[in-house]
Amino acid sequence: MNNIFVYCEIDEGAVADVSLELLSKGKKLATELNCKLEAIVIGSKLDNIEKSLYPYGVDIVHKADDTRLYPYTTLPHCSIITRIFKEEKPQIALFGATSIGRDLAPRIASSLRCGLTADCTNLVIGEYTENKTGKEYKDLLYQIRPAFGGSIIATIVNPETRPQLATVREGVMKNEIFSNSYKGEVRNIKVASYLKDSDFIVKIIDRQIEAKKINIKSAPIIVAGGYGMGSKSGFNKLFELASLIGGEVGASRAAVDAGFAEHERQIGQTGVTVRPKLYIAAGISGAVQHRAGMDQSAQIISISNDPKAPINSIADYVIIGDVNDIIPKMIKYYKEKSK
Amino acid sequence: MGLRIIVLAKQVPDTRNVGKDAMKEDGTVNRGALPAIFNPEDLNALEQALRLKEKYAGTEVILLTMGPTRASEIIREALYRGADKGYLLTDRKFAGSDTLATSYAISLAIKKLAPYDLVISGRQAIDGDTAQVGPQTAEKLEIGQVTYAEEILGIENNKITIKRRLERGIEVVSSPLPLLVTVHGSAPACRTRNSKLFMKYKHSKTVTELQEATEDYIKLQKDRPYLTIEELSAADINVDSEMVGLSGSPTKVKKIENVVLAHKESKILSDQDKDIENLMKELIDNHIIG
Ligand SMILES: Cc1cc2nc3c(=O)[nH]c(=O)nc-3n(C[C@H](O)[C@H](O)[C@H](O)COP(=O)(O)OP(=O)(O)OC[C@H]3O[C@@H](n4cnc5c(N)ncnc54)[C@H](O)[C@@H]3O)c2cc1C
Ligand SMILES: Nc1ncnc2c1ncn2[C@@H]1O[C@H](COP(=O)(O)O)[C@@H](O)[C@H]1O
Repeated sequence: MNNIFVYCEIDEGAVADVSLELLSKGKKLATELNCKLEAIVIGSKLDNIEKSLYPYGVDIVHKADDTRLYPYTTLPHCSIITRIFKEEKPQIALFGATSIGRDLAPRIASSLRCGLTADCTNLVIGEYTENKTGKEYKDLLYQIRPAFGGSIIATIVNPETRPQLATVREGVMKNEIFSNSYKGEVRNIKVASYLKDSDFIVKIIDRQIEAKKINIKSAPIIVAGGYGMGSKSGFNKLFELASLIGGEVGASRAAVDAGFAEHERQIGQTGVTVRPKLYIAAGISGAVQHRAGMDQSAQIISISNDPKAPINSIADYVIIGDVNDIIPKMIKYYKEKSK
Repeated sequence: MGLRIIVLAKQVPDTRNVGKDAMKEDGTVNRGALPAIFNPEDLNALEQALRLKEKYAGTEVILLTMGPTRASEIIREALYRGADKGYLLTDRKFAGSDTLATSYAISLAIKKLAPYDLVISGRQAIDGDTAQVGPQTAEKLEIGQVTYAEEILGIENNKITIKRRLERGIEVVSSPLPLLVTVHGSAPACRTRNSKLFMKYKHSKTVTELQEATEDYIKLQKDRPYLTIEELSAADINVDSEMVGLSGSPTKVKKIENVVLAHKESKILSDQDKDIENLMKELIDNHIIG
């Protein structure tokens, strides 16, 4: 009872990366709270799926296996999870901030009348005193996220409602195996008794999902461009530099919005979170939503014409000048020096 | 086959352009200095509704927004673009509502405006980027939901077909009506104002705004009832006061921190060749690259 639950998304027969990351974080929270970690997996042909979950320290895997449950549609998944939550009364439940998680979690929150915080960038256990009543709460989940135009970081709590619900983007939490020999147990859900015919009103007629093409999350070096790159062709120089030094190209939201780069390359609160050994930020001011996705980088180089750009204050090297001059020079001197 | 469509739209501060003017001396955002705009994806939602109106004769598009008096601005904007009617859901009791309390109030207002075939909202509002109000409203109305719509393909025999935009592809789904649909920003942009409609509706006002208007205005509204934008209060939709505002919001803000940058000891370099050359050499020597 009162354990931590993670909803595990299924992507082409395997558990999605974001869910494994949430299990990793969930295990740490469970250890701190001295409770169990439970996973919910809903889909079709899930034989042996638990084997990929146990190493994350999962104690119980709730498995709903039925051909009607994959691909995902909202209502059946919602009905199953809502019922499990009503019976098991988790204290915390985590979802990926994906197309699926952000479709599902709000509906569950509404049906259980629970608080939900979207797109958290950190989750921490702590206490809380209600201002008005002075009532004290222990061991609450702090749901931490940047908010409002970026200059603030908000810590949200749900003192009274359970579970405490949060969504987290892919890449924000680290993927860490707890123990390869860890063993939990499976509870098979009798799917038919959890579902009504009316859960299947939405029918999928066609589905075209591309395999993941761009994966900047695991790149050791990222060359990221911002609005200051000026154009899509400005980004070509970044691609040249990135391929030369063995990196990938990332982008700020302003650059993505302007059409300079694909959305998959967006870094930050509403994009991916990266922790490369080197992050080169070219023409990026460094709004908090951007920094939220890259400030764990081991080394940061900022290239900006604005000495006061916020990104500079977290950079190890700051180059003041025009990106259009500096990127070609970096290419040139890298070629010379690496010979 | 005329449909009755309710479009949900929110007036939001334009957080996409938090420029230097909008920052206070202490580095916090001066919300008052940000322009208030029609939430971008709600315009995409409105466009989908207006297309259905063109396709299916007799369709009625009703805009519903919850917010302060000033939010009537987006109702007028919707009327100029082709909406038939707008309602402003406004009450002090709603102040401080989180997404759960907001969707509760909105769902009661929708029930009041029933019957309806479709509720169309934006995917998310740019002030919070939560994307929660749509699905939560659907749950409260006990109807199905289809999120991230890029195009409503058509409606036949009470069945709607919708193309959805997902992270890595598309999906086409069908569902019986009524249904709540949230519209993705990749959907077609909203048409601009129609000049005839602008002339028709430019003097439309909410009941509250009328109180401060001149005699002429009041007479004008009497002659042309379509100019009155109706307001709905908490009492009009029979809300349980405990379920809106701060008391109806399970999420509490524990702390707001201004982001103070921990200054790193950074090396400042110029754009001169010597500096860049040394930097590249240092990165290679330290095995950071290469
Ligand atoms: C809820 C929410 C979520 C968000 N999520 C994200 C997110 O996930 N990721 C993200 O990146 N943003 C996000 N944002 C947007 C964020 O607040 C900023 O608007 C955005 O990061 C700015 O991008 P930028 O730095 O490229 O552009 P700008 O702020 O316009 O900065 C451009 C920089 O380039 C410099 N420059 C211009 N020309 C040159 C030149 N020729 N040479 C060198 N330097 C030059 C300028 O001085 C400036 O410092 C979010 C915002 C909100 C409200
Ligand atoms: N106060 C409101 N009034 C009307 N519609 C709203 C309101 N808040 C949110 N919505 C709708 O719900 C969508 C998602 O909002 P959010 O959950 O705040 O990101 C928006 O795009 C709007 O269509």
